[in-house]
Amino acid sequence: MLVTLLLSLAARATAADEVHAFVGARILPISGPPIERGVLVVRGARIEAVGAADKVSVPSGALVHDVSGKWLMPGLVDTHSHIGEASGADESAPIQPDARILDSFDVRAPSLQRAQAGGITTCNVMPGSGHLLGGQTLYFKLKDANSVEDLAIRWPDGAIAGGMKMANGTNSRGEPPFPGTRAKSAALVREKFIAAQEYERKLNEAGADASKRPARDLGMEALLEVLRGKRIVHHHTHRHDDVLTVLRLQKEFGFKVVLHHVTDAWKVASEIAAAGAPCSLILVDCPGGKLEARDLNWGSPAAVVAAGGRVSIHTDDWINDSRLFLRCAGMAVRGGLSREKALEALTLEGARQLELEARVGSLESGKDADFVVLDGDPLSVYTHVEQTWIEGAKVFDRGDPRDKLWAVGGYGAGNARVLHDCCGERHAEDER
Amino acid sequence: MSTRIVHRFAALALAVFAADVGAAQLAVRAKKAWTLAGAPIDDAVVLVEDGKIRAVGKAAATPIPAGWQVLDAAVVTPGLIDARTTAGLTGILNTRHDQEQLDASAALQPELRAIDAYDAREPLLEHLRSLGTTTVHAGHAPLALISGQTLVAKLRGATVDQAVLVPAAMVSCTLGDASTGVAPGKTPGTRSKAVALLRQELVKARELRDKRAAAEAGKAPDRDLRLEALVDVLDGKLPLLVCAQRAKDIDLALRLREEFGFKLVLEGAAEAYLRIAELKAANVPILLHATMSRPGGELENLSMATASELRKAGIAFALETGHEGYVPKVRVPLFEAAIACKQGLAFEDALRAITLDAARILGLDARIGSLEVGKDADLALWDGDPFEYATHCVATLVDGAVLFRGSK
Repeated sequence: MLVTLLLSLAARATAADEVHAFVGARILPISGPPIERGVLVVRGARIEAVGAADKVSVPSGALVHDVSGKWLMPGLVDTHSHIGEASGADESAPIQPDARILDSFDVRAPSLQRAQAGGITTCNVMPGSGHLLGGQTLYFKLKDANSVEDLAIRWPDGAIAGGMKMANGTNSRGEPPFPGTRAKSAALVREKFIAAQEYERKLNEAGADASKRPARDLGMEALLEVLRGKRIVHHHTHRHDDVLTVLRLQKEFGFKVVLHHVTDAWKVASEIAAAGAPCSLILVDCPGGKLEARDLNWGSPAAVVAAGGRVSIHTDDWINDSRLFLRCAGMAVRGGLSREKALEALTLEGARQLELEARVGSLESGKDADFVVLDGDPLSVYTHVEQTWIEGAKVFDRGDPRDKLWAVGGYGAGNARVLHDCCGERHAEDER
Repeated sequence: MSTRIVHRFAALALAVFAADVGAAQLAVRAKKAWTLAGAPIDDAVVLVEDGKIRAVGKAAATPIPAGWQVLDAAVVTPGLIDARTTAGLTGILNTRHDQEQLDASAALQPELRAIDAYDAREPLLEHLRSLGTTTVHAGHAPLALISGQTLVAKLRGATVDQAVLVPAAMVSCTLGDASTGVAPGKTPGTRSKAVALLRQELVKARELRDKRAAAEAGKAPDRDLRLEALVDVLDGKLPLLVCAQRAKDIDLALRLREEFGFKLVLEGAAEAYLRIAELKAANVPILLHATMSRPGGELENLSMATASELRKAGIAFALETGHEGYVPKVRVPLFEAAIACKQGLAFEDALRAITLDAARILGLDARIGSLEVGKDADLALWDGDPFEYATHCVATLVDGAVLFRGSK
């Protein structure tokens, strides 16, 4: 067992320097026009070069992957998901900025394997919408990991990356201490943000004098990150007036916000665009399920883009299956969105909404080597994700029966992934 | 762009309560017609008159009579059939007043009729119709040991009486987790207890039937709505629609059929791929779970390729959309078949699973499910491959009436 572990660690060390060249595919860099029979060169965890065959040469010693006839595009960025069986706030209060997804995330949940099978490489997992403020979200890569730290994305200062989940409308209402009306919801949020402003003022007044500082408050510290723009608010909102309430609060407190779901986006598209608030939209097969989602329309992404707004698309997995994330973009095209904008909504725009566009979301030299290989047009129902690569390592291969089980389903697909790089692999085989 | 969206909404709003109006005579011209009665026809014409299909053939051989209304489409298919849904009992708002798919007061309620709860004006049905669906097998949900009856309705008319094709189609039974604990603290609480209760009730129904048969004139036993519905099951008048997801629950359903001899239709059957030989031998039709059902709980091992496996084995099946408690409030036959096709079911087989094969299991294939002369003029028109994400339904005809028109 120890030998296996050492061998695999050695293999990992080698992988860090490996050079791969993917040749022959139709490459969709997203940041530029499609490249016919292009070349993608990966060195270690980063993209070294991407371009036409006559412009990018294959480095000597590279492992060459002939992907002629395939399509290759950036790994998908899911701006709103609930995979990993994580939880945020509990039922004790409607506003809990101290609760972190980080502390409850199951890296071995089968939902992560399904997300890999869907071509998702970067993901924002959030607390649910049952709170006005449900806690800190987690940005991570869909790596096969043994701990949440292994897959968490870090900011340049080393802090684990994530946003703050908020919600309005009906999901976050309830019996006291939860709000009973929309006005009460907004009042509770304003009260809390004003308290955070006061907390900041006291901190500033204390300056370097530690004895004058207010007592540490984890919730307030997290809200300060929001007020200072270090933590983006990811705001669940459906009804047109709820959307405008979010924009009103954003204007009052100046936090960065991404509007999520936005069922009624088509009704207030110009207001959303004028406010400069990006939208992370959901496309569900049917309207309803609750009153505020009654007017759901597949035309929303197109309407927001037509108004000059920015649109990403998310799974909201367990609502939509991560394995069919590409389908969500297909539904947006059905609703009138251009193919180009639909593909950008799955990748680069999602990366921007997480402020990760310097690292992921497009195929450009220097960016993380996160990409998917497809057997056809990503917006066709008949297309399959064949391979998913993250930071230069293959994490999903439809040709591998174990991976195909996650992709299609079958007996054992509901089981958690067991330890990798070790004895666990054998156990996993035995179970099947 | 926004104009187009507004148009789409106007079309939806107008269509919600549209009366059943349409030309008595109408022709559909399509680049391809999937008739499901032979090979698909390129450059086809379908002639519709007085609600029935009068002709189907190559355009060159099927002249359109002068003065007939003409609809053009890239593809025409039979109107889609949802082999099993709760839409019509389940409503779009998901609030107490529009959720009629389950009464949780008792575990066994075969006397609950779908016809007393189905809302023909339900917006979810309108949504289904805008995506090519023309017929639904709708009813009580697979959420209790026996939750009630189902019906078959066309997506037409403003009342259940105008819509209904089969007022009582099947009796919905559920084995497995959902059969236990309907009422907190009440029985049944385990699978064994659930089956014991079900068997006891079927035994009682058998005794009632025997007493009735033996009774002298004027001395028939007292009426009992609950047992009468089960007598209809024992007599084969109403199939018992048994929702069983786990392989062990499929075994259970087959064991019960062996004991009581009712007509069994399996529903869900997420682990059917583990019982291919048994199901084939038992010759039991299956209303297979929606392809995109969530892989959790009893469905944790579901496979999106099961439809393809059943087809290969020659087991009769259709795709259901089932029941959804939240979002999406209903699933759409078109979309579920598309993903079954993506995962290995041949295009025509996937289309059959939401048309002709569904009609067969519902016993309505003489009337609906394919484009054949004399059948009901239930048609779906498309601007491309119906399964492709970006393809639109451009029109839906029910009994020859155009009850949905897309904005394109």
